[in-house]
Amino acid sequence: MIGDALLLLLVITAFAVVEVRNLFAATVLLGIYSLLMALTWTNMNAYDVAFTEAAVGAGISTILLVGALILTGDRTVGSRERESKGVNWPALLAVTLLGVALAYGVYDAPLGDPTAAPHLGVARYYIQQPIVDAHVPNMVTVTLASYRGYDTMFETAVIFTAGAGMILLLRRDPSDARTQPPGGLRPAAPRRES
Amino acid sequence: MSQPPPQEHRPGFDDADNVVLTKLAALLIPFILIYGFYVQVHGDFGPGGGFQAGVILASAYILYALVHGVRRAQRLLPRKITDVTAPLGVVIYAGVGVVTLLQGGHLLDYDVLDPQHTQHAQEWGMFLVEAGVGLTVASVMATIFNEIAEQ
Repeated sequence: MIGDALLLLLVITAFAVVEVRNLFAATVLLGIYSLLMALTWTNMNAYDVAFTEAAVGAGISTILLVGALILTGDRTVGSRERESKGVNWPALLAVTLLGVALAYGVYDAPLGDPTAAPHLGVARYYIQQPIVDAHVPNMVTVTLASYRGYDTMFETAVIFTAGAGMILLLRRDPSDARTQPPGGLRPAAPRRES
Repeated sequence: MSQPPPQEHRPGFDDADNVVLTKLAALLIPFILIYGFYVQVHGDFGPGGGFQAGVILASAYILYALVHGVRRAQRLLPRKITDVTAPLGVVIYAGVGVVTLLQGGHLLDYDVLDPQHTQHAQEWGMFLVEAGVGLTVASVMATIFNEIAEQ
């Protein structure tokens, strides 16, 4: 019941993100979408995923998108050309067919059935063994940090690479005159709207 | 934190005169930090872990930077520190793997850290690698915000 309401709100928010023309509003709506997604995960008892979604999706991503908006200063897009275009019928037909196919596929899937084939293989081991192997009740942590330690190690390396990329691409060295704009160290101040 | 450096007024991200915001941030930031550390060390028993804790800790820094300005935030947490701690987290994680290799086990097979008590060894191994993850994530998130905010 609550899950259905959340999914409905998710769909509405997704449409709103696509439809709204103000990029700042779209950013805030994306944050709301992430928060609703976190609530949906919580409703499914997937607390670790919900936690990550709330912290990263609704928190950091929103801040970084707002920062990017302030940098580019572009707040609205495509208001004029959108009115001139009508409905793209072949595209609408294609996405409708794809949506029906996906819905059919999901309808057929044994969701939430503990006797379904995917839950009968190694899944049972990974659910039952963490408390025995490591004395740790949170099986997600054991899976991420111990059973799948390689994956998490290289995920950490990927995050480090992201930070290194930001430093290499965007950092200005104050002592290097070539990287400074002619007007001084600080470029134009971020635009503010009243 | 104790004595605020002299204020130079700059527009944009360095705008920091709002009493409401500064007082609210001063109230919130200690709790955000404690919650971040709690999530970091309690990841074995509750939801969370190094990744989430790193993001929460970085959000405390970002809140401070949004309220007080990036320059003052960087006096608190200089770029030199985050530039070192970001790779250090990866080194800690990989270092645990190297130690398990040297002890004669497989890479990141924590059992060999304490063969008599493998459950303890698992807990220790996970604690250490999660610490590495948290360190890297917090540093990188702060770095990304810094580099965007300084443009």
